[in-house]
Amino acid sequence: MEERAFITASYEQFLNQGKLMGSRCKKCGALFLPPRPICINCFGSEMEWAQMKGKGKLIAFTCIAVGPPFMIQEGYSREHPYCVGVVELEEGVRIDSRIEGVDTTKPEAIKIGTPLTVEFLHRGEGEKSATFLAFKPL
Amino acid sequence: MQKRRKLGRGVAIIGAGMSKFGAFREKIQRDFFVEAFEEMVSSVDKGLDIKDIDALYLGNFSSDVFENQVHLGPIIADWIGLTPKPATRTEGACAASALAFREGVFAIASGFYDVVLVGGVEKMTSLSTERVTEALALATDMSYEGRVGFTFPGVFGATATAYMEKYGARPEHFMRVAIKNHRNARLNPKAQFNASILDIMNSRMERAKKKGEPVPTWKDEWDFLHDPQVNPVVAWPMRLYDCCPISDGASCMLLVAEEIAKDFTPNPIYVTGIGQGSGRPLHTKEALTYFEATRYAANEAYQMAGLKPEDIQIAEVHDCFTVAEICHIEDLGFFKPGEGYKAVEQGLTERTGPKPINTSGGLKCKGHPVGATGVAQLYEIWKQLRGEAQERQVPIKDLRIGAAHNLGGTGGTCTFNILERR
Ligand SMILES: [Zn+2]
Repeated sequence: MEERAFITASYEQFLNQGKLMGSRCKKCGALFLPPRPICINCFGSEMEWAQMKGKGKLIAFTCIAVGPPFMIQEGYSREHPYCVGVVELEEGVRIDSRIEGVDTTKPEAIKIGTPLTVEFLHRGEGEKSATFLAFKPL
Repeated sequence: MQKRRKLGRGVAIIGAGMSKFGAFREKIQRDFFVEAFEEMVSSVDKGLDIKDIDALYLGNFSSDVFENQVHLGPIIADWIGLTPKPATRTEGACAASALAFREGVFAIASGFYDVVLVGGVEKMTSLSTERVTEALALATDMSYEGRVGFTFPGVFGATATAYMEKYGARPEHFMRVAIKNHRNARLNPKAQFNASILDIMNSRMERAKKKGEPVPTWKDEWDFLHDPQVNPVVAWPMRLYDCCPISDGASCMLLVAEEIAKDFTPNPIYVTGIGQGSGRPLHTKEALTYFEATRYAANEAYQMAGLKPEDIQIAEVHDCFTVAEICHIEDLGFFKPGEGYKAVEQGLTERTGPKPINTSGGLKCKGHPVGATGVAQLYEIWKQLRGEAQERQVPIKDLRIGAAHNLGGTGGTCTFNILERR
């Protein structure tokens, strides 16, 4: 695996390459997503990168009608809410993510436990380009 | 097991004040603080020489973003005539002034100061709802929670879906918290929404009648709260009436060393337990249905005071969103995990019930000028313990022990403080 610092920028760069990467403690084996430089289980600081398979289930969600400006710019509004949630991956770790492919106007029909698969949303151009982590129903 | 902690010397509250909370277009931060300060000064039974105040600790979340003004400590100190006494701003998102209170307690307990002013202020209504949402979201973990679009209501919406799934609660259980807190705020003249939901329904109908518009009809409070026109979803399942408003206001109180408290008042209120904890963001927190920082803070305060949850007779609990009140009455040990929503349904947390929660109307209805909230919660407990809460005074005989729980961010900072009348 590549030699990259265990910092948020690396996590973002991996997302941009279509990879969801966590860090694993070489001493105790604890897995962290997002990647951490210090193991909060044994306080070791020897880490290695670990790629997630990108499969998991929805454990909490919300459909947001009043979003921050960057989501409004993407076209979301009170009439067209977006969904975000917490996804528990097969590897056992959890991550905050956008949830695509669900009807956000009928949030009562979105089910916790729904099996999900990862998707990488590339937005913007050039300097302003960014990749957002998303999951969608299998 | 947490270590049992104690103060170097006792600390008492001898005066308190808060401004009216609400939306006040022409006022800025210092105007609210002056209003709170003047009430505090006049509340000191035997009088106060302002020159006796040794220092100010001021909670403020983000005058930076809201008012384009940083460094509020000395500005407020100057406005009330405290300079050159030291003034320090504390920041802990929505728990900013609870941290100011805690610093004030430490400063006196250490023996360094004898008389300390603590308080908080926030002016939020200068920005649009969208910009306020953005500003508050800065207190989420912006690299991960905020990055994917989580807002404050969004974080609590996600907490609510996880809670409903685990315990079988429904959105109507959250609405009950709103109905209760509105009913309490109706009795609080300083509340932003000084009205029950029934009052609001009636005034809307009257307004429509006056304007010659079609008059809306709702069968009851439930019908009103299920009407998406008046109660739209903000972040499912949190609707407008599940969310605290955007508010302006200030609060303050005067802390003194216990040994001199009686020089100021025959009826001081003693600080017998203080607690603070830190929590983690959504993706890494212990569980989505509770707040580990609250549990830690509560444990610290209970141990210090030598009290149990059942000893707390009245509490203000951080209800930035209705689901938060339900989770926290569990985390504070008032009810078992998964029982909080049932307790609300059974009326146990009503003002006249066995465990009154948020007699002030809570953040939901009293208002939530974030930096002012922590001390404003303690202000309500001070009023109740001294029997000065007027119309909303709880009907508990021999009311002696109250507490306030304040949360900052998405649970990153939680405090729990226990006050007693002797
Ligand atoms: Zn480790």
